[in-house]
Amino acid sequence: MLLQLAVESTTGEEPSPVIPPLGEIIIGLIAFAILAYVLMKYVWPRMEATFEARRDAIEGGIKRAEEAQEEAKQLLIDYRQQLAEARTEAAQIRDNARAEGQRIIEEMRTTAQEESARIVQRGEDQLTVQRQQVVRELRGEIGTLATQLAERVVGESLAADPARQRTVDRFLDDLDGMAQSVPAGVGAGPSAAASPDVAAEASTTTDRPAGATRVDPEDGDGRTPRRRP
Amino acid sequence: MSATILAANCPPDDPGFCSPTVNEFFPKPLTEFSLLGVDFEITRITVISWLATAAILAFFVLSVRRPQLVPRKLQWMGEAAYSFVRDGIAREVIGREGLRFAPYLAAVFFFIVANNVMGIIPFAQISPNAKIALPAVLAGVTYLLFNWVGIRSQGVGPYFKGIAFPPGVPKAMYVLITPIEIASTLIFRPLTLAIRLFANMFAGHLLLVIFALGTVYLLQVGNFSIIFAPVSFVMAIIMTFFELLVQILQAYVFTVLTATYLAGALEEAH
Repeated sequence: MLLQLAVESTTGEEPSPVIPPLGEIIIGLIAFAILAYVLMKYVWPRMEATFEARRDAIEGGIKRAEEAQEEAKQLLIDYRQQLAEARTEAAQIRDNARAEGQRIIEEMRTTAQEESARIVQRGEDQLTVQRQQVVRELRGEIGTLATQLAERVVGESLAADPARQRTVDRFLDDLDGMAQSVPAGVGAGPSAAASPDVAAEASTTTDRPAGATRVDPEDGDGRTPRRRP
Repeated sequence: MSATILAANCPPDDPGFCSPTVNEFFPKPLTEFSLLGVDFEITRITVISWLATAAILAFFVLSVRRPQLVPRKLQWMGEAAYSFVRDGIAREVIGREGLRFAPYLAAVFFFIVANNVMGIIPFAQISPNAKIALPAVLAGVTYLLFNWVGIRSQGVGPYFKGIAFPPGVPKAMYVLITPIEIASTLIFRPLTLAIRLFANMFAGHLLLVIFALGTVYLLQVGNFSIIFAPVSFVMAIIMTFFELLVQILQAYVFTVLTATYLAGALEEAH
């Protein structure tokens, strides 16, 4: 076709399109050489460097992320461990508190029981003392009443005569002996050994009111010293 | 514009359609000089070649002027273009070792693309590759490169022996195979490389010129033929797009074949 075109042409001598002139080859070579030189020496290396930097940045990012993840995992393990420790400790504290509560309740119960026992004891003691006091008062009054009654019956004073006085005293001593046997038999709470002490104490403590009630117009002075020993 | 320039070869007294001739590719030199016995002609095609080369060079230089990890538009375009050859051709055809040749392959590819595309750029409308000189230069460089790589990687003896006596062939067949292999590798490879590119650009340019001139002729002829002018015009437009495809495809083919030859030269034993 090229040859045909060449033959058909009107100008006669046509240049051949398939035979390159040396000048064109040299010019083309120079153009390509300049382009290839600049691209290969300057452009592509910079692009490769950019690719490298980009890859480094991405890999570095991945590495950093992995490190962060590792750290987070470690933290989680630590945290869980601490949580477990805290739970154990809390359970221990709870157990201790429960035991302590139990102990306090026990203690309070013991104290309360002791207190109540003490109160009951004191009540019983008071009852005993009051009973003895009552007994003593009654005994004194009985003596007085008996004497008065006897005076009325006999019609004269017995107090003036020392012999009669002794009779009365003896009678009273007998009554005393009775009185001492009565608390031992009748007294509810205290032991037999404690009763005389209690009785004695009761007599001293209750002496004055008893005396006050018992003070007689006639012979309050005569009886009191006798009963003291 | 180019149509009138190109139609200038027709004698004024010829009433018929003047088809474009090979003179299309030999425009009047802008300047001529002789240096060391070699005649140089600077024509508009030479200038077009320089402009194309300068443009593609400027694009790439600007794209890497301030490289950043996160590329801007221009940098991204430059990198994508280079990566296309680097990863899509060099690594794909040759393998990991191919990255060594990626710079050369990319230079070849973009030189060809820039010069080819001038064939449809308005006011240029002729590809410098439509003249045999430029494809011959590229094919020559490729020829020297792949032979040099073959000799360097395999040694002179094994390389040429591998070409002449490809392994895995019955001994008797070497009578046929050896001349064909030698001719195909050492003679036809550079010729076919150069001629394929040149002929595609040459024919493409003629095609475009014929439809352009045909449109003008049909409009001017003064009879019912005028109704065919739009057909010719539409064909010229369609062919322009087709030419763009061919131009890029031929650049790709040239580069892939260069990579294939390099890969063959790199192989240890054939």
